[in-house]
Amino acid sequence: MVPVDTDTTDSSADSSGAARPVLEAPDIARVLTRIAHEIVERAKGADDVVLLGIPTRGVYLARRLADKLAEITGRSIPVGSLDITMYRDDLRLRPARALARTDIPADGVDGRLVVLVDDVLFSGRTIRAALDALGDIGRPRAVQLAVLVDRGHRELPIRADYVGKNIPTSLRETVKVQLAEEDGRDTVLLGLQRPVTSGEQ
Amino acid sequence: MLRLPGASPRTPGHLISAADLSRDDAVLILDTAEEMARVADRPIKKLPTLRGRTVVNLFFEDSTRTRISFEAAAKRLSADVINFSAKGSSVSKGESLKDTALTLEAMGADAVVIRHPASGAPYRLATSGWIDGAVVNAGDGTHEHPTQALLDAFTLRRRLVGADQGTGRGLDGRRVTIVGDVLHSRVARSNILLLHTLGARVTVVAPPTLVPIGVERWPCEVSYDLDRVLPTSDAVMMLRVQRERMNAAFFPTEREYSRRYGLDGDRMSRMPGDSVVMHPGPMNRGMEITAEVADSDRCTAVEQVANGVSIRMAVLYLLLGGNEPAVTHSRP
Repeated sequence: MVPVDTDTTDSSADSSGAARPVLEAPDIARVLTRIAHEIVERAKGADDVVLLGIPTRGVYLARRLADKLAEITGRSIPVGSLDITMYRDDLRLRPARALARTDIPADGVDGRLVVLVDDVLFSGRTIRAALDALGDIGRPRAVQLAVLVDRGHRELPIRADYVGKNIPTSLRETVKVQLAEEDGRDTVLLGLQRPVTSGEQ
Repeated sequence: MLRLPGASPRTPGHLISAADLSRDDAVLILDTAEEMARVADRPIKKLPTLRGRTVVNLFFEDSTRTRISFEAAAKRLSADVINFSAKGSSVSKGESLKDTALTLEAMGADAVVIRHPASGAPYRLATSGWIDGAVVNAGDGTHEHPTQALLDAFTLRRRLVGADQGTGRGLDGRRVTIVGDVLHSRVARSNILLLHTLGARVTVVAPPTLVPIGVERWPCEVSYDLDRVLPTSDAVMMLRVQRERMNAAFFPTEREYSRRYGLDGDRMSRMPGDSVVMHPGPMNRGMEITAEVADSDRCTAVEQVANGVSIRMAVLYLLLGGNEPAVTHSRP
């Protein structure tokens, strides 16, 4: 069975019987605060930072990071979303999917430091697609990647610049990120994969 | 769960009729078009999504605007486009639809966009087993023109509900009046069906001779008095008087038609303040619509053209963007 892209977290899965939390709400908040400080430190003040979240949960994480950055720097940080559906390399493996919103901040990304934000880094294919999508929108000064969870098993030469938590996993395990904005609570669950029924998202 | 446009049991994986679309399908297409419309604002107006797919525009009737709209949509999604028009082709030498279809199949068409003077030709093409690709009806005889209805609904939703607020919603409770030659109009037929599906209330206004038999079974009201309907209309859709189809005495003179059923500035001023005037084009200025109305801010004719590309991108993406469309036809 091919491990079909669990980069974007499987929200429909209800295998929570076996899933155990590895990050709780206070952990997530602390981790995001740390990442925000790292961004400020590395970008020397985060003057030209633009945060782009990858739907669905990356967008909420990007907004939370933007709030933290605003607290630290005292300036509002442009934040947007970048839908990568049309750039996926596995489009033809499944029925056409619904698109999510791409929302680029008014000043654009040209010459800026774009920080892509996603919930789980897995195969790296989502980020590859995001880089392609970004190339059609503008030419950033640099692109960095922030993820809440890095679960390993990369299939492409991609790594994250800011990692909330490294969680070593086996391919049979699933990592599910739940955020208050979408799921009603903040948590990261580690569970065992059910037998995958094809064509399910 | 995501369903394909036209996922009716009779024609899954094709878009033949607006009647095949469920409300969820229709809203999904409009929402997808909303995202496609954003691509038009970007410096690079192209997506790699349909790279390597071939879309054939099979046009047995002249139609520049529909064809270039489909062509632009397919090209923005990086599909290869082959234009096939009946004039000066093998069709003018007497080739049948079947043989044309088999030729296209042999060339590996993933989708066929067909415009045909005979009602039902796209359905025949989709269900005959001649081709494996998706079939999109771009207007067949006096039957239907579903992508036109979708782009009209999209334009209405953007104007009346708002581009962002409209996402995920239909046109519930909006009152749309369709004026003109309903008898011959595939645009009217598709619009009535789709607008009803989306929850709008449709009224048809036409001379009695241009109202089709059986209209009482359609999901719309019928009126012969434009002035009475206008004050309660959120949108008025003016249909073109199709001179090429005026082969009997449907109305005494063009002047009389224009006086009773044409939209001028005076009539427009009696419509509600935020209502819109739509026209599928091409317009006959001075006939069904005066220049004053056509050039006013309320007239959405130009917007409709731009929205047409977004809607057709959405339809092509939903039909071709995933793995094979739901059904594979068994070869004869």
